[in-house]
Amino acid sequence: MDRRQFIAATGAAGVLPFLKAMPAGAQGRDDTLVAVTGFGPNSMDIMRVGANRPAYQPAINLYDRLMRYGIRELPDGTLAYDKEVLEPELAESWTMADDGMSVDFFLRRDATFWDGTPVTAEDVKWSFDRAVLLGGFATVQMRAGGFTDADQWEVVDEHVFRVHFNAPSKLSMPNLAVPTAIVYNSALCKANATDADPWASDFTHVTPAGGGAFKLERWDSGQQSVYIRNDDWKSGPLPGVRRVIVREVPSAATRRALLERGDAQFSIDMPAKDAMELNENPRVKVEGHPIGCCQHHVGMNVAMAPFDNVLVRRAIAYALPYESIYNLAAFGRGEKLWGGEGFEPAEAVWPLPSPYYTDVEKAKALLAEAGMPDGFETTLSINLGLADWQEPAAVLIQEALAEIGVRVTIDRIPGANWRTAALIEKRLPFHLENFGGWLDYPDYYFFWVYQTGRLFNSVNYSDPMVDEVTDMVLPLETDHPDWAPNVKKLIAKVWEDVPLAPLYQPYLDMGMAPRVEGYAYHFHRLLDAKTLTMA
Amino acid sequence: MAASRLGIVARRVGGAIPSLVGVVVVTFVLTRSLPGDPAVYFAGLMADAESIAATRARLGLDRTWIEQFVSYVERLFAGDWGVSLQTGRPVLTELSQRLPASLELTLAGLLFAIGVAVPLGVLAATRPNSWVDHLCRVVVTAGVSLPTFFTGLFLVYLFYFLAGVAPSPLGRLDFIYFSPPHVTGFYTIDTALAGDWWTFRGALAQLVLPALTLGLFALAPIARMTRASMLAALSADFVRTATAMGLSRRKVLWTYAFGNAFLPVLTTLGMVFSFLLGANVLVERVFSWPGVGSFAIDALVASDYAAVQGFVLAMALLFVAVNLLIDVIYTLVDPRVGLEG
Repeated sequence: MDRRQFIAATGAAGVLPFLKAMPAGAQGRDDTLVAVTGFGPNSMDIMRVGANRPAYQPAINLYDRLMRYGIRELPDGTLAYDKEVLEPELAESWTMADDGMSVDFFLRRDATFWDGTPVTAEDVKWSFDRAVLLGGFATVQMRAGGFTDADQWEVVDEHVFRVHFNAPSKLSMPNLAVPTAIVYNSALCKANATDADPWASDFTHVTPAGGGAFKLERWDSGQQSVYIRNDDWKSGPLPGVRRVIVREVPSAATRRALLERGDAQFSIDMPAKDAMELNENPRVKVEGHPIGCCQHHVGMNVAMAPFDNVLVRRAIAYALPYESIYNLAAFGRGEKLWGGEGFEPAEAVWPLPSPYYTDVEKAKALLAEAGMPDGFETTLSINLGLADWQEPAAVLIQEALAEIGVRVTIDRIPGANWRTAALIEKRLPFHLENFGGWLDYPDYYFFWVYQTGRLFNSVNYSDPMVDEVTDMVLPLETDHPDWAPNVKKLIAKVWEDVPLAPLYQPYLDMGMAPRVEGYAYHFHRLLDAKTLTMA
Repeated sequence: MAASRLGIVARRVGGAIPSLVGVVVVTFVLTRSLPGDPAVYFAGLMADAESIAATRARLGLDRTWIEQFVSYVERLFAGDWGVSLQTGRPVLTELSQRLPASLELTLAGLLFAIGVAVPLGVLAATRPNSWVDHLCRVVVTAGVSLPTFFTGLFLVYLFYFLAGVAPSPLGRLDFIYFSPPHVTGFYTIDTALAGDWWTFRGALAQLVLPALTLGLFALAPIARMTRASMLAALSADFVRTATAMGLSRRKVLWTYAFGNAFLPVLTTLGMVFSFLLGANVLVERVFSWPGVGSFAIDALVASDYAAVQGFVLAMALLFVAVNLLIDVIYTLVDPRVGLEG
């Protein structure tokens, strides 16, 4: 009997009239945090095929991983995850083998799932097997860390779990601390598996089977998810908030009103415009962090005329109205990615301001050199799903390019078709696009965006040196002597060829009541409620 | 008489079957002609060619249209409307929870609109070109020309944000209430049935602003139609006769004039109901109302075939039902309609 049936049954039996409000109401909601978000999860299981981005939220709050990322304080006093620090969660400690080809995780002996079953290495093995064999998002993400095969997971004994690497890579360990590397209650899942559904996907889709810091109290698909603290949690300090209600409010204006009125204490991923305006409001605290390994850019498809000509691409990169896009599309909620010094990068960091800036004369000269002094006509495609920044940016670009004779028609493509057109078929000559990687390394970005044929290489960019050097540096530790010089070489190359003209690095903006403390920015861009407290 | 009426109903239902078959076929073909590719969409953000192919196979989209159609119809007859990829739940479950939410909102909006527009229309018709008439004109023009999402946001701003008298626009119930045991799916009715008046008030309070927003939009057609048909009825011979015969003004106005003027209004109501159900989606967004409109839009954007087909089919069934209801009311109101069907 699930909760809803229980409520229905007890309600019918006459209990309900005496228990009209949830306990939160009776206690003045003081230990309850209400968060609002535009879109909710479509599954409680991040590994389920078709699970959407908000479905990371239950994975983060309901399940434990072997390790989690540390949290550091930034110069402005806000908190963010620390990509350099992995902390124990289900694993108390771990030791790397001397040859660097495997790692042993020693599991916490007191950890249990919600139903009281102890967490063992068998559970980790089953969960990781599931991740590499189920297909879909979890499988792809595991592969990024070099995990392709269930043979790479080994149960040494009840509390020791060994991971074998096919080849040492700096991405392997961080990739075991991401939201897809979660540990399920394997006994419970197996009991609910069927022949058609051997990994109990249909079960975990609605019934989480974990042991994390929060338990799921109820999930009304399309309306709300309610998390309640698991007081038996052993893998870290108990969360400061007892109950978290994540309510889906599609209209950004309504979310803003709720936050300003104080009926909601947290707003997940606010539009840049609201963040800018509420930043001045004493009743609301806005914390924005540049999203790591992410940039908003203009893509120029090198497989299509006239963008196959590097002079044309450079001309466009010099004609883009960077400043006004930053002010009117990003509302200043981002880091500027133009006007950098010189074509040789000073640091092996990504994203980094490109050497391009707005210079109409230079753009005209380049266009003349390319044999198109009168410009050309083209179509700028934008994703309607990201219209809040792409729409104003596109209009500004249309206006600016008219000055160098490039006549732009704006083509608005609905979100669902966008992926097919831009990423699968790669048939858009001129478009706005973004990519954000979970693992914040420049070479990881190059792996997804600049290598030949990669999914997010929407511009058909292909360069033998970039392909080769990216493969070479990807596994290297960042303190390896070959890493930084080669990453700089990659950056210099894509600045020279400029298949993508970077605009800005967007912020992830979270709005909260001033009494909410402890929010930390994470690469997954969702709310990890474990660290929150309310004064 | 009762038997013949039953016959009419049976004939109407029978007449709807070809349209329903058409709806099933057309939505099937249309959803598959959408430019989006659900396999790409649902394979996830980081999907590569391999996992897209796996997703396609899992969704059964690698089969021919004919095969897909046959299995779709078979499952439809078995009462299985498929699973929405977007929400991961059976379409039928999704609709059975969301349709009542939309209907409750739409009917509340319609009730409000009727309550205001019909008296306003009658008043305007009895005093043409007086200030009442002009007021009627201004109100209904304003109502129809303000976009619903604007009206919605404006009301939220006024009554929730500034005045603080309206509850937070958080859907059908604030989170301090339990949803009532499911009987009709209409929260106001279900809470009343359960005798839970505290939650009833909560549900009603949530309903006021969205229903008002929706109702304002529907004032114009109802008021205009009432005014026009009342004017026609008032200048008709039978009204002049009735007046000449010395019947009271009330009797003339309500029994003779309004009784006859009501027929075209009834037809209009059927139409207004349909377009209100369509206009729902914007109101649903503003008030976080978990209705069927936002479900359908999301499904359409994601090329969620089963959900789109289920939605269109449910709407077709609903319209057949509404039209049938209007027809039946017609036969009750108008003695001329009925026997011929």
